[in-house]
Amino acid sequence: MSNIVLQATSITKWYQDPVPFKALDGVNLEIKKGEFAALVGKSGCGKSTLLYVLSTLDTRYEGELQIAGTSLRNANQNDLALFRNEHIGFVFQFHFLLPEFTVLQNVMIPALKRGIWSTDEVEDRAQSLLKHLGVQDQSLKLASSLSGGQQQRVAIARALINKPLIVMGDEPTGNLDSYNTEVVFEMLRNISTEMGQSIIAVTHDPEFAKRCDRVIEMVDGKIV
Amino acid sequence: MKQAWSIARTHLLAKPKQTLVAMLGVTFGIGMFIALVSLMSGLNQFTEEVSMTSSPDIRLYMDPTIQPPPLVASEYPQALVQVDHVRPATKRINLKDGLQTIAQLMAREGVKGVAPLVSSQVFFNYGAMQLNGVVMGIDVEQEERLFNLSSHLLAGNLSSLKATPNGILMGSGLARKLNLKPGDRVSVTTPDGARFSLKVVGIFQLGLGTLDNVRSYANLSAVQKLLQVDPSYITDINVKLHNNQDAKDLAKSWSKEFSCSADDWETANATFLTGNIIRNVITYAVSLTLLLVAGFGIYNILNMTIHNKMKDIAILKAIGYTPIDVRNIFMLQSIAIGLLGSLLGLVLGFILSWLISLAPFDGGDVVSLDHFPVNFSIKYYGIGMVFGVVTTAVAGLTPSRKAGNVDPIEIIRGQ
Repeated sequence: MSNIVLQATSITKWYQDPVPFKALDGVNLEIKKGEFAALVGKSGCGKSTLLYVLSTLDTRYEGELQIAGTSLRNANQNDLALFRNEHIGFVFQFHFLLPEFTVLQNVMIPALKRGIWSTDEVEDRAQSLLKHLGVQDQSLKLASSLSGGQQQRVAIARALINKPLIVMGDEPTGNLDSYNTEVVFEMLRNISTEMGQSIIAVTHDPEFAKRCDRVIEMVDGKIV
Repeated sequence: MKQAWSIARTHLLAKPKQTLVAMLGVTFGIGMFIALVSLMSGLNQFTEEVSMTSSPDIRLYMDPTIQPPPLVASEYPQALVQVDHVRPATKRINLKDGLQTIAQLMAREGVKGVAPLVSSQVFFNYGAMQLNGVVMGIDVEQEERLFNLSSHLLAGNLSSLKATPNGILMGSGLARKLNLKPGDRVSVTTPDGARFSLKVVGIFQLGLGTLDNVRSYANLSAVQKLLQVDPSYITDINVKLHNNQDAKDLAKSWSKEFSCSADDWETANATFLTGNIIRNVITYAVSLTLLLVAGFGIYNILNMTIHNKMKDIAILKAIGYTPIDVRNIFMLQSIAIGLLGSLLGLVLGFILSWLISLAPFDGGDVVSLDHFPVNFSIKYYGIGMVFGVVTTAVAGLTPSRKAGNVDPIEIIRGQ
């Protein structure tokens, strides 16, 4: 099996609203197994747009996208959803936990959705992830009652529960203080080096970008 | 599906007040439907029973108002004959060959029973009181078999009528007005002026004022004697069929066959049956309106929930929930509201109908009722349940599909 987890070939994307605008212009990108890549660039350069295309959430683009050897260009919404469930973990800037559920439930939901492990197994895994991320003592609280840093750690645990190939982060530390930024970065670092999972993170933070394996800089919809 | 349900349940329980309000909408709709339909069908059943017991499936009789065509017309069938202001000729009101007709009908297939009847307008005298009414000469055994007369008796019994040749059963209204009690003698005057004294052996109540205020029953032979006619004199033949739906067609063919008039029960009770239809229409119209309102309530609440849950929907889709999974989450919420709301509605409906059945209602002289008749048929509870669940499912469909088609990027990037 090749070492390349994600391969994007000449990805082009237009926004039609309010005026036709080329957000991505023939982007080519390869991500290797275990690579920790930072996507950087000015506001509006298309880095978030690229992330959502790569994450399969956005399907309105031209070009070719392969993840784990599977071509995703022509897959339908249901297949893509199941593919995301299995292979892609998400960490967003604003945590996006389900507020009515407990921390533990939040982490377990993607694995229960996948449905290949028993509930007990999933719970054990979720607990060990939470322990690893230092928030196990919060596991039975409602997600909405946690602090920002804690929520982001729970979000990371949720992203990892299905052992994805790639974790995609949209400014994962963008909303955190410097202490929590450090903690979250270290966790992501560990994931890529110890568990061999690739990470693509959009960031504004030059400090964050500097410490990644690879920095992908974008200008006007192109990688430079 | 299990996952979808656990999320749906959490959503419902997270906003208990909102869930309760949505449920109560359905509960109220179903409850009112059941209360209404129980009362209406109770009334229908009551009137049907009353009209069924008092009228036969088919009644054969001579209609004296139907005049034979003028003699001239039979001589010149092609001619236009016009005779103004014909004076009614003396005409018998008994059936021709009544006894033979009865014998023939008895042998017919589909005929459950045949009862002869001699009826006449009479005056009842008791003390100074004089009231007009009808005396009906009946074959006690046949009448009991067809109309279950004994179940309508308030006092006395049928065997005493049979044993007393000059006995008479009085309608409850008639007896009350004349202040008669069993054992009293009442004098009866026929239109021809003959006067007899009959002994009251019982009092009956058919349930309809129009009958109980005028009708009385005596033995066939007694009335024939009263009218000074021979034992073959019969004015009406009442027929009960095994299947009363055949009545309309049979009435037509018998009318020709025996050259007399024949009324089926539907024609005879047309006013009652029209009332039934109108009551049914009102019941279903009101109930559907109530359910529609409840459905709109659910539609609104679900739309609001989905609007508030956009972030959750986006995240669920990002972590691998398909549009169908998301749709199911909200459909399940709406069906859960429908199921629970309908179940509560059944309870509410039962309590309401039970309270209605306790409410005193004086039917006055028209019908003999002291309480509202309520039909506690399980059938209506089944219909109510189906109505409730279907309405909520339909109401939930559009919002749920909308939720399934939410574009997660817009939500996630819009933050």
